[in-house]
Formats: sequence, structure tokens, C-alpha cells
Amino acid sequence: MARTHSIALVGVEGHPVEIETDIENGLPGLLLVGLPDTALREARDRIRAAIINSGEQWPQRRITVGLSPASLPKRGSGFDAGIAVSILAAAGTVPVGAIEGVAFLGELGLDGRLRPVRGVLPAVAAAAAAGFRKVAVPEPSAPEAALVPELAVLGAPTLGALLGWLRGKRGTGQAVTVAMSGEGAAARPVWAGGQDVTGPARGPHPAGGRPDLADVLGQPAARRAAEICAAGGHHLSLLGPPGTGKTMLAERIPTILPSLDRSAALEVTAIHSVAGTLPSGSPLMAEPPFCAPHHTASKAAIVGGGSGIIRPGAASLAHRGCLFLDEAPEFGRDVLDALRQPLESGEVVVARSGLTARFPASFTLVLAANPCPCAKGLASEAGCTCTPTARRRYLARLSGPLLDRVDVKAEFLPVSRAELLSDRGFTEPSLVVAKRVEAARDRAAARLRDSPWRLNAEIPGRDLRRSFAPGPGALAPLERAMDLGEISARGVDRVIRVAWTLADLAGVARPTVDETSYALGLWLGVGGG
Amino acid sequence: MNAKNSLGRRGEQAAVEYLERAGLRILDRNWRCAEGEIDIVAAERQVLVICEVKTRSSAQYGSPLEAITRSKRARLRRLAVRWLVAHGVLFDEVRIDVIGLVQDESGQYQLEHVRGVG
Repeated sequence: MARTHSIALVGVEGHPVEIETDIENGLPGLLLVGLPDTALREARDRIRAAIINSGEQWPQRRITVGLSPASLPKRGSGFDAGIAVSILAAAGTVPVGAIEGVAFLGELGLDGRLRPVRGVLPAVAAAAAAGFRKVAVPEPSAPEAALVPELAVLGAPTLGALLGWLRGKRGTGQAVTVAMSGEGAAARPVWAGGQDVTGPARGPHPAGGRPDLADVLGQPAARRAAEICAAGGHHLSLLGPPGTGKTMLAERIPTILPSLDRSAALEVTAIHSVAGTLPSGSPLMAEPPFCAPHHTASKAAIVGGGSGIIRPGAASLAHRGCLFLDEAPEFGRDVLDALRQPLESGEVVVARSGLTARFPASFTLVLAANPCPCAKGLASEAGCTCTPTARRRYLARLSGPLLDRVDVKAEFLPVSRAELLSDRGFTEPSLVVAKRVEAARDRAAARLRDSPWRLNAEIPGRDLRRSFAPGPGALAPLERAMDLGEISARGVDRVIRVAWTLADLAGVARPTVDETSYALGLWLGVGGG
Repeated sequence: MNAKNSLGRRGEQAAVEYLERAGLRILDRNWRCAEGEIDIVAAERQVLVICEVKTRSSAQYGSPLEAITRSKRARLRRLAVRWLVAHGVLFDEVRIDVIGLVQDESGQYQLEHVRGVG
């Protein structure tokens, strides 16, 4: 009878799982109990082959492996390492003392190799929270696991190496890398690398040849709108005929967003770890993510889902970054409606039979749309061939609940050659804009330091009116617009938030009538400027 | 008789000797019916023991015990009923055992006896 531990993931939350093995006399066989899915049931054959091919004895007796809590659905292959060690410990070939307080993660290859699994970071974080002092992970996942502080990380290339370490035979056979995260030197460079980015050579794309905001010629108002959204975390819509730079601008928004702080970076990395989209080589995602799903994307692809293992969707992959919906009216109505929950609460809750997964999804939404289905638009000389009804219906797909949450509406107009050339003198590289964005965010953060919010866009309406009222007389243009029926009460709140961001960008203590009227213009979409 | 059968015969003989040493009464050997064959029928006090013997010339293809599958166990249970019906005797309990034998380099048998498998 032996007991090891592993971690089961539900969404990005990890739950400790106890793996108990009992070996009794009887015909040889392995019985796996405790709500396993198909991949886990197949573990029987994988583990047997891996143990034999690691040069170990497979106990020729009746083996019962129980995973508890039995009510928790357990998916995937990440329990392989824990089950294998548990079996060998029950057989008496691995000292029971060595496996105490260790959480095991990893899939076994038939040859005994330890293969990386998804979601190592959230699993290790859950292990640390549950009181484990050591985690054993496949070697490729060790840098990711080492991001969690105050935990010894054993990175083992094979099951044989892991067993060697557990038996105290250090230095024989293949090496096991042991890193003390948070304290040891081995874990330091991981985060130091992240800090490099926030250092002097900062900017998400310091290297040349990367997209830069200066590439978007002829659209100074839209560039300004992007800067405002980046600074305050406001949602942005880009409306205009094709070829005017909507997509180009959206793709450059990440270049002016500041790098993520450590806790945000860990959140983002955990989501991408579960999704399996972590870039290899750099365990920590220090840059804000940019996610641009195609308009044929399904609801599950956007908000997350899937039977069996629930995967995060684009909305969660864009957490703390930017979700860009190009050709937004082409998206399915249900897909757009599904975005309302994360826009409101900053998280996605996916409920399936047996379990409910929760993914953080707090992102800056950027919508791009043509003015009408024929995409020529009113301003174009070619002339729009759409009927008024078709045009109205096209944009009506966006309007209502979704567009109501978009604070800044930028309109793109077709640009003449002369305008393009003359604008060349006014474009600023991303680095310069990013500095202003960061300064504005710092001002907002200093003002919000006693609150749970970091960005102006996150302040709830009540607190906005109570603690963050604009300067005297600044509300006059909003009151006028409200009297004219141009803006709702909720719209006023949203305009005030943007006004605060404008004040932060301008370095003004609180919004004046200049900021509020500019913000109102952005909200109404009459072009800023 | 080919090599496979003679290996099985010698294995069964070794198993019978082992069971007798262990104090079991051998009631029947290689009892056949339409359902199949029982290698050894024995009695341990008031318990009927239906014994399947599996012999291997080496451990190269894994333990002989692994060859006892679920369907084989089910067949042994059916055979036990048939033997009881055919002989009209009563026992308190019926048990199905498996004896696995592996020949080592010196030609000796390594014997493994698993009681109550099905």
C-alpha cells in the first residue's frame, strides 16, 4: 500500500489528487478506479510499458490504483508519473519516505520518457497552495514549474532518472535538475529575463522590423484612439472602409501596451499553459497577449469549452491583453453575445456535466467593421451599392449590448496620397507612445492604489461618481448630451472613465471640460481630435 | 506428442505433486466435456478446487499467470458447474485456482499458486 500525489486541473484551478496503490495476491492485472477518462484508462498500458522499459520489475500481482477524491473527474495523461511511482512504492522498490510531500506531474512514453503535459504552471501553483514542498515534473516543464515560488522543482527527463533521484542515487545515470524556485539561483534567471523587458530596452517589440504604430499613416485620430484605449483599458471599435488600416492599427496595439507585472504575467501564463499555446523557450509570458480569432470561430472557441478537457477560448487567451475581432459583424450573433459575460465580469464560466471551469477573461476588446456589406462605404468615391436596409442590418448586428460597452469608436476615412505623405512627419514610433501609455497607467495606478482596480475602465460606476468625480463644470457637455438624448446614464459613466484616461495622458489632476467633451466625441464616434 | 504438449503434461504433473504435498486430494485430471477441459480437480477439506495449470518454458513472454484472461476465468467457472453436475457431489465452497510454472535454465520449475481467482 503506497500513496503519491498529483494535481487535477479544472479550468485553471488545480485540485490535489491522491493516488493510492494496493498490491494483493491474485492474477496479474491493473485496476484503475476513481472516475478516469479514456486517456487516463489507457494509462494502464502506457505505465506498464514505461516501467518495464525503465528496467524496473512490474509486480506480477493484482494491482488496484485508486484516484481520490473519486468524485472529481480526472482527465488526460498527467497522472502517469504519479501512478507509476505509486505502483513501484507499493511494490517496495521505491522508499515510501521519499515520495512524501512530492506532487508528481507528467505523461509517460512507452520507453519510459517523461513527456510534458499542459497546465504545469497552474498545477504546480495549486500544489504549492496545498502545502507540497516538492514537485516532480518532466524536464521540459521545469522552467515553467520554477515560476512558482518556494518550491523545489525536480525536472526529470525519464522515469528512470526520477526513480534514481527518489532512491537517493544522485549522480548516477541521467541527471535530474533540482531547482529551488524563488530562492535558488536556478530559478532566478527565469524571472530576470522577464525583468529585462521592463528594463531600459523596454517595449514589447524592441527589435527592428516589427510592427510599429508609426506604420499606420494618415489616421492620426485612430492612432490617438488606440493610445487612449491602451492607457485606460477601454474597448475600441474601428469603423471604416477596407484598406484604411483598421487591422493594421489593431495589430499594433500590443506594441504600445506596457509589459505585464509579475502576478498578471503568471495569470496569463497559466491560461496559455492550459491551452497549450505557451511559446517554447520562454516560460513566462511577460507581454500582453494579442488574440485575433477568425470570424468563423465558434462560441466554444471564443469563450472556451469542449467536451472532456475544457479549454480556454480566445477571450481567456487574450486575458490582460487585447482581443481583436476583425470583420466583427460577420461573427455569429451567439458568439458576440457570449462575449457579454466576460466583458461584464472579467471571467468566463464554462459549465459542463460534472464540472464547472472558470477562466479569467479580462481583455481590451477591439472591434473592426466595414460600414456596410459591400465594404465600399459612403465616403468612398466608388459608391456604395448596398440598400439602406442592408447597411442598417449589417451594423445592427453589432449594436446594442456589445457596442454599448465600447467606449471609444474610431472612424477611419479614406486617405488621399497627399494626406499620407504629410502625415509622415507626425507619426510616432510605438516606443514613444508606449512611454506615454505607461506614464498614464502609472498615474491611474497611483490614484487607484487603495482600490482593487488598476485601470480607469475597471472602476465601477458607483465609485466613479463618489470618489472620482471630474472637476467643476466638466460635466456640462455630458449633461447637455443627455438632455438631447444622445447618451444614456451608463454612457455618461463610460465617458467619464475615458475622460479620466485623457486627464492621465495629459497629466491633468482631474478631467476638465476639455477632457469630457473629447471623451464624449470618442464615445459618440464623431472622430476625435 | 509435440514439444508444446509434453511441456504442458510435465507442468501438470509437477502441479499435481505440489498440490498433493500441500495436502489436497486430487479427484480428477484432464476432465473433458463439451465446454472444455479442467486440468486438475482437487479437494481441500470441504472446498472443491478447480485448478488451471499454465506452463511456460521461459519468462520471455511474460508470466504464465497473465495468460489467464477474464474469459478464461469465466470458462473455468462454467466448467466447475459442469463437473459438479456430472459427478453429483456437494461441496461447501468452490474455488478456482491458477498454478503458473516457468522453467528456469536448470530445467527446474518455478511454481506460483494463486488461490481464488474467479
